[in-house]
This record gives sequence, structure tokens and C-alpha cells, in this order.
Amino acid sequence: MGRYVARRLLQMIPVFIGTTLLIFLMVYALPGDPVRGLFGDKGGSPQVVAQLRHQYGLDQPILVQYWHYMKNMVLHFDFGTQIASGRPVTDVLGEAFPVTLRLAALAFLIEFVLGLVLGIVAGLRAGRLTDNAILLVTLLLISVPVFVLGYILKVVFAFNLNWLPPNVNDSTNINELLMPAIVLATASLAYVTRLTRTSIAENRRADYIRTAVAKGLPKRRVVGVHLMRNSLIPVITYLGTDIGALMGGAVVTEGLFNIQGVGGTIYQSIARREGTTLVGLVTVLVIVYLLANLLVDLLYAVLDPRIRYA
Amino acid sequence: MPDVTKTVPENAAEEAAVAAVGGALPGPKPEKTRSLWGDAWQDLRRSWIFIVSSVLIVILLLITFFPGWFTGVDPTSGDLAKHFLQKPKLGNVGSADWLGYDQQGRSVFARVIYGTRASIAVGFGTTITVTLVGGLVGMIAGYFGGVVDSVLSRLTDVFFGIPFLLGTMVVLNSFQNRTTWVVIGALSFFGWTQIARVMRGAVITTKQADYVHAAKALGASTPRIMFRHILPNTLAPVIVVATISLGIYISAEATLSYLGLGLNGVSWGNDISDGGNQIRVAQWIMLYPSIMLIITVLAFIMLGEAVRNALDPKMR
Repeated sequence: MGRYVARRLLQMIPVFIGTTLLIFLMVYALPGDPVRGLFGDKGGSPQVVAQLRHQYGLDQPILVQYWHYMKNMVLHFDFGTQIASGRPVTDVLGEAFPVTLRLAALAFLIEFVLGLVLGIVAGLRAGRLTDNAILLVTLLLISVPVFVLGYILKVVFAFNLNWLPPNVNDSTNINELLMPAIVLATASLAYVTRLTRTSIAENRRADYIRTAVAKGLPKRRVVGVHLMRNSLIPVITYLGTDIGALMGGAVVTEGLFNIQGVGGTIYQSIARREGTTLVGLVTVLVIVYLLANLLVDLLYAVLDPRIRYA
Repeated sequence: MPDVTKTVPENAAEEAAVAAVGGALPGPKPEKTRSLWGDAWQDLRRSWIFIVSSVLIVILLLITFFPGWFTGVDPTSGDLAKHFLQKPKLGNVGSADWLGYDQQGRSVFARVIYGTRASIAVGFGTTITVTLVGGLVGMIAGYFGGVVDSVLSRLTDVFFGIPFLLGTMVVLNSFQNRTTWVVIGALSFFGWTQIARVMRGAVITTKQADYVHAAKALGASTPRIMFRHILPNTLAPVIVVATISLGIYISAEATLSYLGLGLNGVSWGNDISDGGNQIRVAQWIMLYPSIMLIITVLAFIMLGEAVRNALDPKMR
């Protein structure tokens, strides 16, 4: 187990380097200049621009910049300076991440609970009316783009019914976060439902289920323990990769509901070509994604004792 | 996962040779054995999901290629006298004022019709590119294994690790003139990983089949084994993923347009984004492009669902 985790952690290193380098190259190799963006239409004097570029290290070759950036990040936990505000990127991250974390956690809870329940109901009634109805609803949910759904919910629940506030002012207020979390969770909710349904429908005819029923176990136990435990692996896999997507994919949702989280910060730093901020944010997202994947793989062994990691 | 045992090699001579090498010659061939694809087609014809989605897709393709058949109005000519407070006249089906006018006095109906082309072009273009690139990478990684596989798999991980929308945003942000090709390129740049993973898995399963070993023993060249023997048996899962992702790419294009990073020109995403600003006074500006977008994405996802049910023997 310990060796397996160590090997997986080592395997993450090239992926981590590759991902950060890719983002770094994309931000700096493509046209545009964050320093020029600080000045208006007139532009700054060439000396000032050159001096600022030197100060932020933008006059060095890109690979040297990357090397310095990664060295500072790993050794000193220094993610560089946000050029627009002059603040350290770690401060910006520290402000944005808790907000997104709350949003993502709420969305995750919604998709996990609702998706599982709907999936189990559909799976146990596979081929019948309930199953088809749930299938149709999930297909529809997958098809509605996030921003359209956001607008619809906003018009209905905020403007017409006045049940929920249209924007988020205070991210600790669960009432305000509820609508964005539902919007964020919808598509994933549909996928979780479908995965659970397929898995349950496949396993419910398995021999061990027949044995469990024949032993006279109550239905709750057959479904809740025997069937669930064997059907959860694909669902857990999806949920694991979805943690990263929930945190990074909130660009649209956060913009719609005016939430000052990771998504909003990402959008601003792309528009302003802030390489340092962007790479910092993506780095954290990639780490979250890689660790979530590792956690998922370790969970396999818990769910299915036949899987062992030497 | 394709059922390897079910599909027989198409070439009869090869089949006999393979069987001879494998030892067990099959008895006289049964009159009519349907292949996986034949079975799937029989299934599809009976599926209501398939019929509904095909009809929708045919209509969408007609609109894409012949928008003039549906409206004679120019989607880009605005008349400020007909500005957005002029409400839709839902009785006038098919005329310029059917779905109302937007904030610049352009006909919403004409824009909905002409916007179809952008979405369909991006959807098909990206799916084809992604399938070719991802399929090739997956095939090479799965077939050769070893170091090649490790390198390509890590490369796939790198691209997969970057959130899809975020990556495309960074790329598109540096283009002033975002043509259809640019958007297709950006979406494909980050989209190929899924197909590559599916393909790799399918190739690894298939290449252990006896008939592949037999073909190898007969001295078939590597490309021949890859494309004539392995490829046909890996296509089923790839087609399923590709069909479903076609809908997802259309949705992604609209999302990018909504963020101001999509196509220049007439597109549903742009109109929804513009209409979003007028949502309290003129809901129809965003309502109708949204409905078209949802129908289109739904049609392709339903098609993918139907194809999956038909091709996956476990679902029977």
C-alpha cells in the first residue's frame, strides 16, 4: 500500500511538470503582454515598460522563466506576483479558493446524493416507466448548457418568484450559494445518475444478489450493502475526476452569479494575460485533480477487497 | 466494449487461413450470421430515441446547408426602428417578426436559423479532428505498449489534467479573428484525450485476440494488423464516445461564445450572451437561441445514447 502510493506520487511528477509547462507556454508563447495591459491606450514610456518587464522577469527566455517560477513555487511556496495588483499570487489564491471550495462542496453533495438516489431508483426499475422518465430527464439536463440553465433559474426563482437572491454577496450564506451550486451540479448529477443506473441494472441480476435474496436478507440490506458496494466503482471514478472539474469548471457559474472565486479569477487572468496568476491557479487545480484520482484508486480497494495494492 | 468473438474477419480467404493456423476449422458457415454492426442496425431501427434524434439531426443539417429555405431575411441587417421592445408575433410563423427582434432590430428568427451553421460546423469539425488524432494516439499507445505507451499516456494525462474549458479559453483569448477553424483547433487541442484513452483500452483488449496473433504469425505488416484487424473491433466504443461528445462540443462552443471567446459572427452563443443582458425586458432574444441550442445538443446526445445501447451487448 505504502509503496503503491509512493509510486503513484512519483508518477505524478512528470504529469505535473508537463501540465504547468503547457499552461506556461500557452500563456507566454501566444501574443499579448501583461505589462502593456497596465497602461491605457497611450501606452507607457518604453523605459518604464522595460523596467517593469525586467522586474517581473518577463525579459528572460521562457524556459528560464519557467525554471525560476517552479523553483520558487516548490522551494519557497512562492507563486509569484499578480501583475495587475502587485499582490502575491498566494494571497489571491487564498481569497479565491475557500469561496470556490464551499461552492464545489455544496454542488458535490447535491450531485452525489441526488445522483445516487435517482440512479438506484432507475436501475432497480430498469426498462420500466420510471427508468425511461429518469433517462429523459438526465439527457435533458446534460443538454442544457450551464449558462442557459443559470439564466433560467435566475429568471424564475430570483426575478419572478423572489425565493432566492440573484447574486452571491456573501459566500458563507448557504441560501445564496444554493442556486449556483444547483447550476454547477446539474450536468454531473445527470452523469452520476446514468452511471449508477447502468451499474445497478447490470449487477442486480448477479449471482451474489440472488444468494443474498435467497438467504432471506431484507431488501434494504441487499440493495444498500450487497448491490451498492459492487456497483459504486464506476460512480466513484467519475466523482473523483469531477472534483477537479467542479473547481475549475466554475468559470461560467461564478461569472453568472458574481461569485469571487477561482473561476472568476481565472477568467480575469486570462483576459489580462497574467501568466503567474493563471499558472498558480492551474497548478493548484492540477494537484487537486491528481490527488483526487489517487484517492479514487485507493477507494477501489475499500469497495472491492479483491483489488489489492502491493 | 466490443464483443471480440462476434465479429468475423471480412476477408474470406484470410478467415480460412487464420482458422487453419489457429487449428480449429469452423464447420460449414451458417447461412446468415449478422455481424455486430448488423445487430446494432436492427436494434437502432426499433429504438424511438434513434428515430427522434435522426429526424432532428436531418432537419438541423438541412437548416445548416440551406438556411435560405427557411427564411429570406438577412440575419445581420438590423433596423433600429424595430428595436428590441418589439415583441414576437407568434402567429406569423416563419416571417421575420415571428420570434421578435433583438436590441439592434435584427430578426431573431433569421439569427436562429443562420446560427445553426456555426454550431453544426464546430461540432462536426471538432469531433472528426478529435477522433482522428485521439484514435491514432490511442492506437499507437495501445498497440506498441512499453515506452511508447508510457510516453503517450503521460502526454494524454497532461492534456487531460488541464480543465477543458480553461485550456480552450487560454488559446482562444490570443486570437482576434476567431474563425470556425480556430475554434475547432482550440477545442480539438484539449478534446482528443478522451478518445485516445478509450481507443487505447480497446486496442489493448483486442490485440490479445487469437486472430490478431494468427495474422501476425502469417506475416501481416504492422499497419495492416492495426488498421485491418484491430481497428474494426475497436470502433464501437469510439463511435459512441464521439457521437455523445459531438453534442458536448456544440455546447462548449456556445459556452465560449457566451464568455466572449467564441466565433465571430452569427452564433447562438453570441446571441444568448447578448440577450442575457436584456433578460428582464426582452426574454425572447435569449430564449429562442437557447431552445435551438438545447434541441441540437439533445439530438446528438440522444443519438449517442441510442448507438451505445445498440452496440453494447451488455445492455441487451
